[in-house]
Formats: sequence, C-alpha cells, structure tokens
Amino acid sequence: MTAASVAARDLALSYGGGPVLVDVSFALHAGSSLCLLGPNGGGKTTLLRALAGELEPATGTLERDPRPAYLAQTERTRLDFPVSALDVALMGSLATGRWWLPARRAERAAAHAALDRVGLDGQAGVRFGELSGGQRQRVLLARALVQDARVLLLDEPLAGVDPASAEQISRLFDELRAEGRTLIVSTHDVDSARTFDRVLCLNGEQVAFGDPAPTLTREVLERTYGGEIVVIDDGDGPVRAITVQHHSHSH
Amino acid sequence: MDLLDTLLDPWRSGIERRALLEVIMLGGLSGALGYWVTTFRLSYPAESLAHGMLPGLVLAALAGVPLIVGGAGGVAVAAAAVALASRDPRIEADTATAVVVTGLLGLGGLLALSPDAPARLEELLFGDPLGVTDGDLIAAASLAVVGAAALAVLHRPLCAVALDAHGAGTLGIPPAAVRFALLALLAATLAVAVQGLGSLLVLAVLVAPAVAVRPLGLPAARAIGWASAVAVISGIAGIYASDAFGTAAGASVALALCLAAAAGSLAQAGRGVGRLRSRPSQ
Repeated sequence: MTAASVAARDLALSYGGGPVLVDVSFALHAGSSLCLLGPNGGGKTTLLRALAGELEPATGTLERDPRPAYLAQTERTRLDFPVSALDVALMGSLATGRWWLPARRAERAAAHAALDRVGLDGQAGVRFGELSGGQRQRVLLARALVQDARVLLLDEPLAGVDPASAEQISRLFDELRAEGRTLIVSTHDVDSARTFDRVLCLNGEQVAFGDPAPTLTREVLERTYGGEIVVIDDGDGPVRAITVQHHSHSH
Repeated sequence: MDLLDTLLDPWRSGIERRALLEVIMLGGLSGALGYWVTTFRLSYPAESLAHGMLPGLVLAALAGVPLIVGGAGGVAVAAAAVALASRDPRIEADTATAVVVTGLLGLGGLLALSPDAPARLEELLFGDPLGVTDGDLIAAASLAVVGAAALAVLHRPLCAVALDAHGAGTLGIPPAAVRFALLALLAATLAVAVQGLGSLLVLAVLVAPAVAVRPLGLPAARAIGWASAVAVISGIAGIYASDAFGTAAGASVALALCLAAAAGSLAQAGRGVGRLRSRPSQ
C-alpha cells in the first residue's frame, strides 16, 4: 500500500454563495487518524465533501487522495431502497471501474470476507435499511474494505450507534490505521476526539489543529462550540466537556 | 373453444396485433425504467416532459411528419425550457417547472385548435395504440432493445447512486452522469411511447407498474422484472378491454395500468391493517 497524505493550506469552501468554512490549514500523514470536531453547521461535512472530491476549493489548496471512501451518516442513505448488506458491500467493487459488468465470483468472495471482518457475514442477506444504525455503519465500512480505499472519510460514524457496535467500530479503526489507511472522522463528541492522532476544531473557520491533549483546552472548546457546550475543568486531568446537543440526545 | 377464440381474436386483426405488440414492447421497457424513475423521484419531471412535448407533437401533425420526430423535438424543447426557468434563483424549481409546462401545454392546445390544424388533438393527448404503424413498431422495438441493454449495463451504478449518492461518487460513479443517462432514456421512451398513450396518459405506463410492485418490497432486480410484467399484462388487458367494450384503446390501457397500481397500494394497506390486528394487545 502506497503512502497517502492529505493536506490543506489556507483552504476556503463555499456552495456558490459566501464561504461556509475558511482558513483551514493542516497536513496528515498516511496511516494516521484525524478527528474533525465542531458543532452542527461548523463545516465538518463540508470539509469531508471537499476531501471526497465533491466540492472544489473556493480559495487555497487541497491535496487529497483521488479515490477515498466516503461513509455518509447512514440515515442520509436511502433506507427504503431494497438492497441487502451483501449488495452494499459489493458496491465497493465498482471502484475497479468494471461498473457495466455483473460482479465476479472473486468480488463476491471479497464482499463476504469484508462483511465477516466487520462481524456481519451472518446477516449478508438482511436488507440494509432493516439493520441497526451501528450495523449499517459496519456494512459501509465493509464497502470501503472491498473498495480497498487508502483514505476513509466518515461523517459522524458513532452518532446514535449502540455501545457494542461502537466498540467494534473503534476496534476496526485501530486495525485500519495499523494497515496504513488514513481515517478522517467527524464527531460532536469531545471525549472520543481524544482517541485520534490529530484533532481539527472547526466552527466556520479553523479554531485549532494538533495533538488532542494539548489542543483540546477550555478556550479552544469554547471557541469551537460557542454556547453549545458545558466545559468541566477541575484542574485535574484533561478538560471534560459535554456538548449541549450531545447531552440532550442522551436523554 | 369460445374462450380461446375470444383470446386469439385481437391477434387476428392487423390493427390490434400491432397495438398488442406496441404495448408489449413499450410496457416491458417502461415498467423497468419506471422503477428507476420512481426510485430517483423523477415522476414529476417525467410528467412535465410528457405534457411539455405537446407543441412538438402538434407541429409534427401540422407538418405531416412522424409523431416521434415531433415528440423528440418537443421533449428536447421542454427539457431546455424547464432547465432554463429553474436557473432563476428567485423561483423554486417546482414552481418554474409548473409554469413552463402549463405554458407549453397551453401553446400546444392553441396550435391544435387553430383552424388549419387537423382534428387530432384528442389523439395527441390520449394516444391511439390502434393507430400505430409498422414504422412505430420498428421504433418501439429499437427502443426496447437499446433501453433494456442500457438498463442492464447501468444496473449496478443505478443501485449505488440510489442508495448513497455521496458514497457512489467516491466509487468512481458520478451521480450526475447516472441521473443524466436515466433522464435521456426517459426522454427517448416518452418520445416513442407517446404514440400509444398520448401526452397526458403516457406517464401511466412509466409510473403505475412501479407503484404496483413497490409494496411487495422485492430486491431491485426482481421488482424491475415484476414491474415490466405488470406493464405488459396491463397493456394487453387494456387492448382486450377496448376490443370487448368498444372503449378508447389508449385510455383503456392507462386505466388498466392505474388499476394495477391501485391494487398494489390496497394490498399494502390491507397488509398494514392485518399486522395491526395480529399485534398482541398491550
């Protein structure tokens, strides 16, 4: 597997009107993980769409992998579309460019192997929309494995996911990084951001970028979330923070 | 023997045999295409194109050229007009489409009702499967072959984009290109099928079969097969009904298709009620 790198310099992004995200500069080496942290509307999904190649920079530069895997929030997929978990995993083989031909036996075997790796081969025939949120996320990870993507872009993969699936997904993240794949994951959750190699805080602009421990200070979190966060800083250990939105979801 | 005679009777007449072949070929393709039209939520654009092509059909009738030529030109003009009107950011796309299509329909009516126009407005609006020519059949057969091949080739990209357009893009499947291919196939089908069902009823053969089979919840490939079967069977039933009761053939086919859609929806509603009744009381 060749080294992949992702980098932005003075990047600004827009959807045709005014910029929705400005002053983004960061660099990421292959095999490392980056957490995009910020509130709703902070620019996390916009940056992921640019990294997926859907959005060109308004200004600045963006170096990206030409064929990343993009894992949308699964509720943004068509859950009523009648495809099985195996069908979805098999879609990863479209990246070979043979989209006009039926899937080959080797590709079906690869899809089964990928589902097995995410713990879902037993549910290969189950309809995608009938799986739980965590299971659907794992099926999309299986699709990325079949695609053999070097860079994975995940939009809030742990939102609304049951604890068992969250643990399995986190373990998969570790395995994927060990294989030299680059993970870029958006989240609201400050605590989960600490498990990544780097964190990029966004709130319409880049608030901070760096290692999680020195970066996630009370000041950075307050600038990132504005009034949407409760920061608990007892001076002993890392700053703890609860986003208001995250807090209200759990009740 | 009487029943067999009744069933074979329409096949003995050249006019009805051509009508049956037309609805079989166009129904087979339109049922499959309609599954994707409804999946991609393109029913309203499809209806808009079908209605917006009326001026093209009238001009073709006035000029004495085949309707397919007018249909193709009409679809192209309607698509361009809708695209142009939708670019105005002050108006919502649906509103712009409605204004353009109503305008085109009005223009078509105006042209058709002018003193010099041949008295064919009814045929252009409601179609006439019994009036198809050998040339129409060749056009339908060509479209059925090319369209079926295109849908087979595009099946995996269509599935990928239908499920997750953002993800499909990173798999090397551009969602915009897939949607464009689908719209192009839709436009070609409308231009050819309008001869049988007219600009007002042609949507029935695209949308009704998909509506009829969707409640079954089948995987895409099987649902497409069943939608094609429903379109073909409804088309044949409409021609037989027209023969038996002396009703207008195009309207009979459209009604048979819509009855199939209603039956599918009622079956789904019935299953929903059944599930509620079988649920244990709390």
